[in-house]
Order: sequence, then structure tokens, then C-alpha cells
Amino acid sequence: MLRFILRRLVAVTPVAIGVSIVCFLLVHLAPGDPLSAVLPVDASPETIEAMRTAYGYDKPLVVQYGLWLWHVLQGDLGTSIASGRPVTSEVGRAVVNSLILACVATLIGFTFGMVFGFVAGYFRNSILDRLASAVSVFGVSVPHYWLAMVLVIVFSAQLGWLPSTGAGPDGSGNWRPDLEHLRYIILPALTMSVIPMGVIARTIRALVGDILAQDFVGALRAKGLSEFGVFKHVVKNAAPTALAIMGLQLGYLLGGSILIETVFAWPGTGFLLNAAIFQRDLPLLQGAILVLAMFFVALNLIVDVVQTALDPRIERG
Amino acid sequence: MATLAPHATAPLLDVAGGAAPLPDAPDAFMPSRGFWGQVGHKLLRDPVAMTAACVILAIVAVALLAPWITPMDPYRGSMIRRLKPVGDATYLLGSDELGRDMLSRLMLGGRLSLFIGVTPVILAFVIGSGIGILAGYVGGWLNTVLMRTIDVFFAFPSVLLAIALSGALGAGVFNSIVSLTCVFVPQIARVAESVTTQIRSRDYVDAARLSGASTFTILRVQVLGNVLGPIFVYATSLISVSMILASGLSFLGLGVKPPEPEWGLMLNTLRTAIYVNPLVAALPGLAIFIVSISFNLFSDGLRSAMEVKA
Repeated sequence: MLRFILRRLVAVTPVAIGVSIVCFLLVHLAPGDPLSAVLPVDASPETIEAMRTAYGYDKPLVVQYGLWLWHVLQGDLGTSIASGRPVTSEVGRAVVNSLILACVATLIGFTFGMVFGFVAGYFRNSILDRLASAVSVFGVSVPHYWLAMVLVIVFSAQLGWLPSTGAGPDGSGNWRPDLEHLRYIILPALTMSVIPMGVIARTIRALVGDILAQDFVGALRAKGLSEFGVFKHVVKNAAPTALAIMGLQLGYLLGGSILIETVFAWPGTGFLLNAAIFQRDLPLLQGAILVLAMFFVALNLIVDVVQTALDPRIERG
Repeated sequence: MATLAPHATAPLLDVAGGAAPLPDAPDAFMPSRGFWGQVGHKLLRDPVAMTAACVILAIVAVALLAPWITPMDPYRGSMIRRLKPVGDATYLLGSDELGRDMLSRLMLGGRLSLFIGVTPVILAFVIGSGIGILAGYVGGWLNTVLMRTIDVFFAFPSVLLAIALSGALGAGVFNSIVSLTCVFVPQIARVAESVTTQIRSRDYVDAARLSGASTFTILRVQVLGNVLGPIFVYATSLISVSMILASGLSFLGLGVKPPEPEWGLMLNTLRTAIYVNPLVAALPGLAIFIVSISFNLFSDGLRSAMEVKA
């Protein structure tokens, strides 16, 4: 197992390096110099030159990348142009909030997705199956930022049950696990959970159908096993795949929450990214994206390892 | 990724097409309709897919004809007639925050929304298929280089990659199409590569080669004829995602710029009106949702009609 983990780590390294290159180049994709956002329009050529030297933009691209990567590896993502604070601490705070939201959303989505998927897979072509399929099509087709607005309209504007924006009553930037803060997480988490719900329901439905069609299920029934006993076998066979999808969905939510976080003014990475884009705060943009992408790479790796550990059918060699 | 890649596609059924009918073609004994004839026949008998297709056609038609058929000027506002409710005598679907007719703006808005949503998928279909087929057919080191590069893009969740690229490139229709194309090229290329690799080892490709067909002919007839179908199905399933993302970029202020009507942008500017006139505020999103779900349902129908596995 240890050898397997090491091998996966080695395999994932080129991807991680590639990701860092893409994030590095992102800043250079931007029209004009990365400095054009900070410098006044009428800056003299000498000032521009001095700034370029100070930020190291006069060096060849490869050298710049090397220096940047060296700093990143030490946990230094540079300084935010807008706030002047280190990018690492800004992103760190936001990631925690996003992670909380994404975890709650994944949990809700996973629970309902599993229920719908199992019901639909077990009772193929019944009314329940149609209903579950409709839910999953809805989940993958609905523009989530619109769903966010609709939920705010219904539960905040009309009914006045839940707060529409922010992570807490004091307007503070951090979510805490208490009853008051819980009210603030319900709407964003519910909105976000619709995407994994659809994906998981869809996959589990197909998976359960495939498992039920296998010979061993017939054999179990022929041996006189109760329907609940058969169900336990189905769950056991579906679990590794289900967990893998859940892990990946968590990664997607973490990186893809920007639109939902914007609607709910949730103080997470999406909100941070939005601010970074409109203030043309490129170091912050670069740092936030690097952290999120690396999170996703790491999550993929963990999913891979956990799935292999759980599922004896997968070759470890 | 040895076990489960995020967008991994299960082995795809080969689709008989082009000039090389498979020996085990499913209905060899039925009167031949040709492959596409059969697909069309099955689609026509799928009520869900047909309804979805009709909805899409209707919306496309309205969007195309919008400049001539909008009941009012979609750009002319009126400060005293702001945020009229749905069902108003003059404004059938209400008016927006600047007093412009919602119905007219929704009709005209479909043009840009469909354009920025569908164009990236078409571009990615062409570019991604090219890369994938090349990697799959040539194989060897070229495959390794191309596919490992593509793996890097899979390390970014689609939404994040789209927003990162448009954020760096800056707002605008052109930039949002470029960034969405970059999001979908790797996904389509991966599917194209896996299908091509499977097709390449088929007996009928060997047979064609042995009978003296040139590489170009094999690529055109045996490979393209058999891989384009599954790639096409996959691409149609991306349109829904692309519509949501494209309007999402405009919603964030990264796509279409005001005063142009576009569903995502309209949704964003109407956010201020959710307490005054919630129904009107939600309308543009409903339009995106209807188009997106229709494309999804049609793509599902097409998939089962073409017998391509998910």
C-alpha cells in the first residue's frame, strides 16, 4: 500500500508542476503588464522601469517562474496589490470558509443523491425512478446562481425565514459552528448541494442497475438471502465509486463556488476571487487559483488512494 | 489517473458509419436505413427528446428573428415605468430596473446568450477532436505529450478555469468565448483520444490498411466515420454546461457588457429588484434554465438513439 501511495505521488508530480506553470502564466496572460493596474496612467518610463526591476518582471520568464515557485514552496504567495497583506493569509482565511460551505453542501448533496440514486436504480422505470431522474436532470441543468437568487427571493425576501447574505450576524468574515451562524449557511449550502445531488443520483442509479444485473445478485437471491441482505451487498459494491464521486464533487464545489459565494456574499475563495478580478489584483488571483487547483489535485490523489484501499478489486501493484 | 478520472468515459460502443459497415452491425437483417437514418427514426419516437428539440428550435428562431419581432424597443428605458410586474398591460413580462420591456430584452438577449454558450462548444469540438484523434491515432510519445498536457487542465474544476482565464484576460464577449473554449478542449480531446485509440486497434482498420488504403483515407473513412458520433454526443452534452457558464461569466461581469441584453447580465442587474419585483428578477435565469435543460434532455435522447454509452 505504501508503495502504491508513493507511486501515485510520483505520478501526480508532473500534473502539479503543470498546474503551477498555468497559474504562473495566468498573470502574463493579462493584457499589458501585471503592474499596469497599480501604476498611475501618467507614470514616467523611469518609474515603470524601476517598478519592473523591483518586482522582477525584467528577468526572463523562466527565471521569474523559478523564483516564484521557490517562494511558493516556502508558503509565500506574494503580496496582494489591493490590500497590501500577504496573499497566503488572505487565501488561507477564505479557504476555511469555502471548505466549510463545500463540505456541508457535499454532505447534503451526497445524502439525497444516494437516496434518489438507490431508489431509482432499485425500482427502474417506476414513478419513483422517473421522479429521481427528474431531480438529477434538474440538478445538472439549473444555473446555480439563478437557483441561489430564487431561494433568496422565496426564503429571505418573501418568507423572511433566513438571512440572504453573509456568513454571520456580526458581519464578520468567519463562520462559526453555532445556532445563529447555522441559519446563514442553510441557503448557500442548499443551493450548492443541488449539483452533486444530480451527479451522484445519476451515477448511483446506473451503478445500482449494473450491480443488480450481475450474476452474483441472482445467486444470492437463489440461496434465499433476504432482500435486505441483497441490498447490503449492493451498497458494499457501490460504496467505493460513490465515495470517489463524493470526493471529486467536493473538489469541484470548492473551486466552482465563486458564483454562489458572490450571490450570498459568503466570505470564501469565490468572493475573494471576484474581488481580485475586479481590482485587477493579479497576485491574489494567481495565489487563490493555485491553492484551489492544488487542493483539487490533492483531493484526486486522496480519492484514488482511499478507493484503492477500500476496493479489493482494484489492482494495487 | 488509474482508477477514476473526473470526466472518464466508459468504453464507447463503436458506431457503424462511413463506408465501413461493421460485420456485427446491430440490425443487419432489417431494411437498411443507414446509421443516421436510424438515429433520426429513434429520435422521432422519443417524446422527451423531441419536445426538447422543439423548445430549442423555437428559442433559436425567436432569438434569430428578435430584431424584427420584439414588441418594443429593447434598449429604450423609461424612468417612470421601472419594474412593472409581469402581466402589465403594456409590458407583458414586466419591465426591468431601467424601465425597459422585459419580453423584448429576453427575446433579443437569447441571441448573445446562445452565441456565447454554443460557440465555445463548436470551437472546442473542432480543436479537441483534432488533438484527440491525432493523439489517439499516432500514439507513442506524441500521445504521451498531448495527453499529459491535457491532464494539467483537468486539475482545474471547469468553473474555476473559466473564471481564472476570463479574469486574467479581462471582460468581453471574445475573451469569455476564448476561455470557455479552453475549458472544453481538454474534455473533448480526452474523449476523442480514448475512442480513437479503441477504433485504431479494430480489425477493419487493419483490413483497410492491408487493402492499401492510405493513412489519410483510413483517417477520413474508418477513423472519422466511427469516432465523430460519440464525440458529437459528448459535445452536445457540454452545451448545457457551456450555456450556464457563459451566462455565469456575464453574471459576474466578465462577459457581455451593458446595455446589451444577455440573460446572465440581465439576471445580475435585476438582483437589486428581488425585493420589489421578484418574478421579473427571476425571469432571465428561467430562460437560461429552460435552454440548458432542453439541451441536456436532447443530448440524453441523442445518446440513447446512437447507442453511445454514458
